[in-house]
Amino acid sequence: MKLTIQVNEGPYQHQSSDSAYYFTKAALDKGHEIFRVFFYHDGVNNGTRLTTPPQDDRNIVKRWSDLAEEHGLDLVVCVAAAQRRGIVDDGEAQRNGKDATNIAPGFRISGLGQLVEGGVQSDRLVVFGD
Amino acid sequence: MSEETKKFMYINRKAPYGTIYAWESLEVVLIGAAFEQDVSLAFLDDGVFQLTKGQDTKGIGMKNFSPTYSALGDYEVTKIYVEKESLEERGLTLDDLQHLVWEDEDEDYAEKDSIRLVSRAELAEVIAASDVLFNF
Repeated sequence: MKLTIQVNEGPYQHQSSDSAYYFTKAALDKGHEIFRVFFYHDGVNNGTRLTTPPQDDRNIVKRWSDLAEEHGLDLVVCVAAAQRRGIVDDGEAQRNGKDATNIAPGFRISGLGQLVEGGVQSDRLVVFGD
Repeated sequence: MSEETKKFMYINRKAPYGTIYAWESLEVVLIGAAFEQDVSLAFLDDGVFQLTKGQDTKGIGMKNFSPTYSALGDYEVTKIYVEKESLEERGLTLDDLQHLVWEDEDEDYAEKDSIRLVSRAELAEVIAASDVLFNF
């Protein structure tokens, strides 16, 4: 089955991001196709490489990056939500005159159309969040 | 892009300003309109407050985005379901909500109501018949 995953909450405060990760991993292990993982609302905070959790805790961002590298996942951060919350890649830094970037490896910033396209193209849209 | 048309349902369950879900839901709806899918919106629980008229956000320093709902008709978003029980539980009636309309180009641009007042049971059937659910 072809799936699009939507992650609506940031890391650590809510379990949603953990659940989305484990669901995505399990779906891949079962042979399903992940069309895209779309990060929206505070979910965009899953895409900052500047996160530094304690060493005895899980690293949620790195976990997504590693999964993306392993499976060629398309991890998309919503641009409008990212601009509000300070998630920045090279293009955004240039466009908006920012002095730094923080996007994590494997993530890219794009528009909401990517989410709607996920709904159109996939057999199921699976949403994680409150 | 796929040529098939799916039934998209955007479910709005939260009050407009306490969290950003209402506004960022509306942003998806506006962007999604370009995809020419069969779009419906549902407002239930505290989400019914999103459609109330006369919203004034000056005191909280936040943008009043409620006028945007009246533009939905222009985006060909014409099916807006409001749950009757949610209104009643909050002491609201249809008169407390914005009068949202769309123009039917097949009937000489006749103005038609966008809001459909439905019971909880009826809304459940509409949701069950949808292909893609966005829950905000």
